[in-house]
This record gives sequence, structure tokens and C-alpha cells, in this order.
Amino acid sequence: MPQTLNKALEPFLIIVGSLMVSMVLFGVFVASAGADPFEVYQTMYRAAFGTTFSWQNTLIRAAPLMLTALCTALPGYLGLIIIGGEGAVVMGGLVAAIAALAIPTAPPMVVLTTMAVAGMVAGGLWLIIGGALRHYRAVNETISSLLLNYIAIAVLNHFVTSTFRDPESLNHPSTHHIGEANMIGVIPGTDLHWGLVLGVVACVIAWFLMHHTVFGFASQIAGGNVRAAQIAGLPVGRLILIICFLAGAAGGLAGMVEVAAIHGRANDTLNANYGYAGILVAFVARNNPLAIIPVAVLLGGIRASSGLLQRAHELPDATVLVMQGIIFLVILFSETLYGRFSRLQKQGVS
Amino acid sequence: MEIGWWGVLIAVLGGAIRIGTPFLFVSLGECLTEKSGRINLGLEGTLVMGAMTGYAVSLHSGSPWLGVLCAGLAGMVLGALHSWLCSFQRVNDIAVGIAMMLFGTGLAFFLGKPYIQPSAPRLPSIDLGGWSDIPQLQAALQINALFLMGIVVAIALAWMLKNTAWGLKVRVVGESADAARALGLPVDRIRILSTAQGGFLAGIGGSYLSLYYPFNWSEGLSSGQGLMAVALVIFARWHPIGCLWVSLLWGGAAALGPSLQSVGITGGYYIFNAIPYIMTLAVMIITCSPRRTLVGVPHELTVTR
Repeated sequence: MPQTLNKALEPFLIIVGSLMVSMVLFGVFVASAGADPFEVYQTMYRAAFGTTFSWQNTLIRAAPLMLTALCTALPGYLGLIIIGGEGAVVMGGLVAAIAALAIPTAPPMVVLTTMAVAGMVAGGLWLIIGGALRHYRAVNETISSLLLNYIAIAVLNHFVTSTFRDPESLNHPSTHHIGEANMIGVIPGTDLHWGLVLGVVACVIAWFLMHHTVFGFASQIAGGNVRAAQIAGLPVGRLILIICFLAGAAGGLAGMVEVAAIHGRANDTLNANYGYAGILVAFVARNNPLAIIPVAVLLGGIRASSGLLQRAHELPDATVLVMQGIIFLVILFSETLYGRFSRLQKQGVS
Repeated sequence: MEIGWWGVLIAVLGGAIRIGTPFLFVSLGECLTEKSGRINLGLEGTLVMGAMTGYAVSLHSGSPWLGVLCAGLAGMVLGALHSWLCSFQRVNDIAVGIAMMLFGTGLAFFLGKPYIQPSAPRLPSIDLGGWSDIPQLQAALQINALFLMGIVVAIALAWMLKNTAWGLKVRVVGESADAARALGLPVDRIRILSTAQGGFLAGIGGSYLSLYYPFNWSEGLSSGQGLMAVALVIFARWHPIGCLWVSLLWGGAAALGPSLQSVGITGGYYIFNAIPYIMTLAVMIITCSPRRTLVGVPHELTVTR
């Protein structure tokens, strides 16, 4: 078997195998909770991919996941585990809304462009904190990025309840509405907003950047061995900062899309756990930006099925959280399987 | 009686104990785990699972103390699962921690759905403030027995790590897995036991949340205490007695916002609530350095590499 095919086949087989093992484990779990696993899976399929409506429902949830997965996947090339996607989404959404409200008379295209840039810069700068602390102070990036999530949520809550509060948002403190004319529209012929296209495009760009440019090659070297990269004269610190900025920008864009396509305002609904689900997507996709697209659709489908599971089987809405957790654990466990099968194959050939 | 700003101080001190107790248990659990060379970010999930288990058992059995025990056992199972997964080659303990955090909270929300409404028996408190006529002081000195137990556990853990054969084994495994293997120590088994015991303590910390303060079971019960524990342990220099002081400090910081609110300072409520996170981050920035390793760090720990 050609070496390149073998290289792509191994992760594919291991990931598909892990997902199947996860399905069996989750099946046992729902069976012990008193539901018929086969019926549950049928319901999930129907709710996620059964009809045009459910496909749209799934894809709408997949769009932000593609962007937040990049928050974890891009730093992953440098060997960093950054889980600050939630904070980047929150900061991006907040700053994007504020930016839109600052230019109330501008034409919609200008408003949307400003929002996107503002959201991406805000998210990017937010994640740069974690990368910079890692490089200059050796602070563990996983913990700092996670703490930054909580701080970002506090900042959001502070501003939407004080400085930028719309006095009419009584029960649910929010900023003012950015204006119906400024909302992101839907893709013609569907109910899908353009955020899905942004997610796919961002993943393709990220893939090209990391796999087909000198910058991406340098990042992969730095991720493989920092010392070797420094000896080769690579600016490791700058690579970390740029990658963290790009990762945060993706998350900030997700926040901007949430505001401009769905809510119209910034409020605590921005904190919808897309950041945490994005971590799972990145891990399942093994940080490969192209693989993120199908994995995000799959996970979007799982999340979309939550409502119907509740109605059809009386399973609590946390059921999909348990399923996500099981998939996550099995995927991480599968890391130990890499290299074992290729050894078997070589022995078979010789 | 008008006590004004003294009220803020008393409330902060009372809060240090009341809010600091779960920090104490979870940081002691993390301390033991890290001493053996593993880091468990999943204690956040363990805490939530412990809170749910404690509440459910207390409700069904009528005994809050049985709830505390079962919460510990649930935490132990999660801790054992974490370290069993990590004992395989190339399985990253930080990544598994993130997964355990999501799995533990998801499982707790799933199983805990029926317990959001009903009211379970509460852990009793010990009244140490009866000598005072100031109601604020009396409230601050309502102390839960778990806090006193936490102090005992901290002292016992410090003694055990320093003076017993088991403690020495844990420290050797945390210092150098290779050296431990050369000595013939079962590295994985020692780590699994340490992480399981750490999970037991974290589970008890969770039951304190649901059975004493804030005393309810809801999906927003824990707000990152399990996670902050990791940083607390760094600040405490991997010493159980240090964990006690740091937990009190964090509890006090968390009580500052609500205390100031009681004297009419309501501005920046959310920012005050974020103080523990900001403090944690600040402590990590100050104590970590790229040029030297930390004093007291177990050298097998990936968090400081």
C-alpha cells in the first residue's frame, strides 16, 4: 500500500472506529436509562439529517462550531492546548455589537464589515493573552485560556448591564439592537444565514495556510520541537502570537455572526458553549482544518437532535452532553492506538 | 447596632470560610494528584458530579452525611477513570481533563434533572458565634463541620506526604517516573490511587456546594472552582497547608462583591465576582517564569513544562 494513503487511512480508520465505539457506549448508557438505543439513534438521525429542515437546523449549529474549533486547532499545530474559544466568542460578539452601535448611520455593508473586523480583532487580542503568557511567562496556556473565558463572561455581563445597556431590555440585559437593516441575510433559497459560508471559508483558508505556506511549515516545525525551531532561527514567539491571534479571530468572528445573524444584540446568550463544543470538534478532527468541516456538521447534528430526544424519549437535554463527553474520552483514548496497526501491516508484508 | 464597614470585613471573613471550604477540598484533591505527577483538570466535572450525587443521596436517604460519603465515592470513580485513561501511552492528561470536565458535568446534569425542584436535608452547621450580639458576626461564625474536617485532612495529608512510606512513594512517582520504575514501584497504580483519592476529596467539595452553601442543586452551581484549584495548588507550592490559606484567601475574594453590595456599593458587581479568576491569573503570571522551575514542583508535571 502506498505510504501516503496509509498515512491518511490510519487516522481515518481510528477516528471512525472510535466514533462507533462511542456509539456503542452511549447506546449502553441510554439503555440503562430506560430508552431503546436503536430508537434513540433513529430519532437522532431524523432530527439531525432526516429532512431539509433538520439539515438546515444542523448546519446552523455547525457554522459557529467550525470557527470555534479553529480556536483550538490552530494553536494545536504549535503543540499548545488552548481552550479559550468561549472567551473569544463572547469578546468578539460584544465588541462587534458596540462597533455597530457606534456607526448608526452607515450603510449595512459598512456596518457588517466593521463588525466583522472589530469582532475578529477583539477575539484575536483576547486569545493572544494566553499565547503571550505562555511564551513570555511560561504560564500554562490551557489554564490561562480557561480562566480568560470566565473573565470574558464577566466583562460581557458588566457592560450589558451598565454602560451599553438598552434600558428597554428589562429581564434580559442586552445592548441596543444593531438594526434590522444591518442583520446578515440568508443564503437565497434556504433558511441558512451566511455564517455557514464564513465558517467553511475560514476552515479552507486555515488549511491552506497551515499546509501550503512557509508560515504553516514553520509552525509545524515549532510545534514538533521548539528547541530545533529556535536553533533553525525561527521566531517561535512571533509564530505563537500570530497563530493565537488568528485562532481568536476565528472565535471573534463566530461571536460577530451570532450577534449579526441571530440575536441582533450582545447579551449573555453569546455564552452558549460553542467554545467548549469547538474543543471537541478540533480534537476529533485532529486539528486538521478541512476535517473540522464534516466533524462540525456531525456534532451540529448531535446538538440539533437534543430537542426531539427530549420530546420523543423523555431524555433530559443533557443527553447530548453525555454523548459528547463519551466521544471525547474515546477519541483521546484512541491516541494510544496510533502506530500499532502500521507495525502489524509491515510485519504482514515482510 | 451600626457597624458599617466592619460589616464588610466580617462578611469577607465569614465568606472566606463559607466559600473557601469547597476550594479547600478540591485543591487538596488536586494537590495529592499533582504530587503523583498528574494534573487533573477534570475536577471541575468531579465537583459538579459530587454536588449532584450528594444532593440526590441526601434527598433519598434523609442523611446529608451519607450524601457527602457517596459524593466522595462518585468523585473517586471519576478520578480513577481519568488516571486509568492517562496510563495509556500518548494519552495527554490535560486533554483527558478537559474531556472529563465535559463528561462529568454532562452526566451530572443528565442524572440530576429530577433533583432541581425538591429540597434535600441540609448539612448542620456549628454555631461558634453565640457569645456575640452582632448578628453579622453570628452569621459569619456559623461554621460547617466539613470546614473543620478539611483542616484535619490538610494537616493529615501534609503529614502523610512527608512521613509515611505511601507519601514517599507518591512523591517519588511525581518527581521521576523513571527513578520510580528503577525502584520497582508500580507507577501507574500509585498514580491511579492518588488521582482516585484526589477525586474523592473533590467530590466531597462538590457535596458541600449542594448540601450547605449555596445549598441547592442547579446546573449553574459550580463556577470554575474545580479549575481554579489547579492554579491554587501552584500558588500553595504543592503543600496541603498552603492549600488551606490559599482557599481562605480565594473564599474571601469571592465574598468581596456581595459584601460590598450589602453596604450599597453595587457598581461593578460582575467585575467583583470575577476577582477570583483575575487573582488566579495574576498569581500564575507572577509565580511562573520561563527561566526557572517553581519551588516544590513535582517534576513529572506537564503543567509547568
